[in-house]
Order: sequence, then C-alpha cells, then structure tokens
Amino acid sequence: MSDERFEPKIIAFLCNWCSYRAADLAGTARMKYQPNVRTIRVMCSGRVDPAFVLKAFALGADGVMIAGCHPGECHYLEQNYKAMRRYEMLRHTLLAMGVEDHRLRLQWASAAEGNVLSAAINEMIEQVRALGPLNWPRFWSENGGHQEAIERLPHEHAEALEVSR
Amino acid sequence: MTAKPKLALYWAASCGGCEIAVLAIDEKILEVAAAFDIVLWPVAIDAKVRDVEKMADKSIDVCLFNGSIRNSEQEYMAQLLRRKSKILVAFGSCAHEGCIPGLANLSGREAIFDYVYKKSPSVDNPQGIVPQPEYEAPEGTLHIPVFYDTVKTLDQTVDVDYYVPGCPPEAENIYAIVKAVVAGLGGAPLPPPGTVLGKETTVCDECARTRAEKKITGFKRTWEMIPNETDCLLEQGLVCLGLATRAGCGALCPKVNSPCIGCHGPNVEVEDFGARMMTALASVIDSQDPVEIRRIIQEGIPDPVGTFYRFSLPHSLLRRSALSGNGH
Repeated sequence: MSDERFEPKIIAFLCNWCSYRAADLAGTARMKYQPNVRTIRVMCSGRVDPAFVLKAFALGADGVMIAGCHPGECHYLEQNYKAMRRYEMLRHTLLAMGVEDHRLRLQWASAAEGNVLSAAINEMIEQVRALGPLNWPRFWSENGGHQEAIERLPHEHAEALEVSR
Repeated sequence: MTAKPKLALYWAASCGGCEIAVLAIDEKILEVAAAFDIVLWPVAIDAKVRDVEKMADKSIDVCLFNGSIRNSEQEYMAQLLRRKSKILVAFGSCAHEGCIPGLANLSGREAIFDYVYKKSPSVDNPQGIVPQPEYEAPEGTLHIPVFYDTVKTLDQTVDVDYYVPGCPPEAENIYAIVKAVVAGLGGAPLPPPGTVLGKETTVCDECARTRAEKKITGFKRTWEMIPNETDCLLEQGLVCLGLATRAGCGALCPKVNSPCIGCHGPNVEVEDFGARMMTALASVIDSQDPVEIRRIIQEGIPDPVGTFYRFSLPHSLLRRSALSGNGH
C-alpha cells in the first residue's frame, strides 16, 4: 500500500427541491465539504430506483447517498416516504450481500440546510474512508484462477481445434 | 437432397430440468428429430466433444445451451459452441440469469470446498483432500476443470443471440421457438439478436386474482398462513414476485395459492430483478415510521438475497456477495 490517503468516491442523489438546493446553498455560503462526492440531481428522492444505487456500487462507487426533503415536506407529497422504505429494503439486501452499513446513507436536508448536508457529506466521507475501497467488480473479475484456466484450455485442445482453423 | 440443419443441445451448470423440458414437448420431439440433424446432445445421443471440435466454424445452425458457467470446462464448451454455431441460444434460467446454481455466488470456492469436502456431516475425509486442477499421477499429469469463485451467465462468457426464459422453459414456448427457428432458416425474419423469446408482460397479467391497491403492515411466509383464493397474494401479505416476473407460465403458482417465486426471470426492461421487487414491496408497506419499516422488512424478509435473486444473482447488477480477502 502506498502512503497516499484513500479518497473514496461517493455518488449522491440529491432531490431537486430540497437537497440539491441545500448543496447550492452550501456553495454560495462557502460552507466547505470534501470533493469526494459526485452529485446527481433527481426530481425527487422517490425517483431513485434501487437499481441506480446497485449500479453505482457495481461500477465502483465506494458509497452512495440518497438525500431528499424531510418527511412530510416532499414536493410530491409523500414520495420521500417511498424513498425511506426503498432505502430500508436496499440496506437490508446490501447488508446480506456484504456491503457495510455506512456505505449507503439516507439523508434529509431542506433547502435551508446547507450546513446539515455538508456535515453529513463530510461525516459519510470519513466513515467510508475508514472502511476502505469497495471496488465491487474485483469480487467477480479474478474469479478463482479463471484467467489462467482459460489460457491453458486452448493448449489442451489445440490439436483438435487446429483442424477447423 | 439438401442437408438438414444442424442442432446441438448442451448443458453446463444445471440440474437437467431443461433437458426434461425439451422432452416435455412429447411426440413433437419426433418433428424436431425430423427437421434437424442433432450433432450434440449429451443427455440423449452419443456424440463426442472431439467431433464438434473438428466441425467447421458456424456449421451448427442452432445451439440450445442450458446451464450457467461455473468452471473452466463449461467456459470452454461455451466458447467452442459459440464458435461452431450460427445461432447460440441461452436456454433456460441458468444460462440466462444464473438461476439456482448462481446462489453459490453468496459464497466462494474456498468456502464451498470447505463445506462440501470437509464440514458436511455426511463427509468422511480425514486427510482433508479437496479437488486440485492438476495432479501428478505415475502415468502423467491429470487435469480436472478449474472451479470458479463466481458463477457466470452464458452471456457473461460469450456472445448470445437469443434467450429462452424459465426454470425450466415451458414446452409450448420451446416448440414455438423450434418452429420459428425452422422458419428462420428457411428465410423468414428472425427477431433481433439479444431478444428474450417470451411474452413482454408480467405474471400479474396472467393472474386472475383481484388487486385492490391495499397496503400491508407485515409480510408473511407461506407456512404462516393459508391465503384466500381470490385476492392478490401480495396484498394478503405474501412476498409474491409476479409483478417483476415475465409472463408465460399462466400464473401457475398463484393459481394453486402459492406466491410467484420469479422462475421465469425478469420482465422486459427490468434491469435488476431484485431492484424492481424492492421498489414494488416498498410501495405496499403501510408505514411512515423508519423503525417500524425496518422491523417489517427484517421480520418478513429474513433472506433478501434468496428471495429477490433466487434465479438471477449472477445476472444482477452486483452479480455476487462480497468475497473476503482476495477471494481464494
């Protein structure tokens, strides 16, 4: 291992009406948070399909945050309650798959709460940094000597395969 | 006389049920035998891999490949049959999505060997011998296939032209596909490559039960209740997977008062079966309290991976569970 500090990659789905504005407010108010998050604006936390989260992990994200309006304050009435229930479904499933708890976070942050959002982002980055890289594709790419076995096979069958080459 | 088109059927990591399913087309199997020259079908005819190796590339017209890929021999056969076949069909859930053998992706090679060859109560193995891919015998080096950590689907191994869903596929669908292929070889248009040859709707559409958009306060398991025969099983609290599952079975399980377990694979445009089910089940829970929601989910779905990915773990976005260490 090198001495360089591990910089986690975190995908944050921010709802258009509250949390994205909270991030905007954090920016205009010059509240600092670490640059490890990649934000994706969605219309509502209820728009976040669990497949988005799974895909982020499958493509190498170290953590995923879903942020939306506080319960009871959803621009679309109660879609953030859906987000809450989906988050619990995802959390339950991801724990069973071996993804640590802190790698997925549901955060409520209103448009006035730039400080809440930036603090949550900073806290999550430190938690994920402590867990280390996730790098999910590594779990299937090496595949127990798979590459060596495949390289050996053509030799074992070379003679027979020659015929049709 | 023009030569008959050549057909191959092969099995990799599978249970053999797909082979039975092919025979379940009954006497129509004679039509298949009449229409095709069957060049490889280990379960039924005596043809050797060496014979296939000696065939010219693309000389097999259609190969129905069932089973997932869990060792190097199966991967070799997939590559060989891809090379020799014009049309390669991932036949059945194992080849399509990984299916039951794919649940091994909750574990890895080391853990599987450890249990199967050492810890299983029926095993007597005092020397702790586990299979080695190479063994030096007096007569020379012996090889057996390398067992992988991760079960793969056929299309994670080679390019696949079509998919036939189902664990196992239904006889009517098999026969319809065979007829379509025969027509296609005669010049009729074939569906675009990558097509799943099945209906494009869900099991719910074939289910006669009444849906009332009722919410529930808890999930029950099948042994905990006897559901009534008219209302939606999900709305009665059973985790029924029909709404993410491709139609084609005629809603066989709900018809006999049993929830759909998703054996027919994801419906069209369902990228990840489990994600679709998580979304759906999240919508029916009648609670806005995070503590209660967590309790309902933990009590009602004790095995989320086995429930949501029973047939599709290798095909899912995450493909497998985390492996400890470097996986060996």
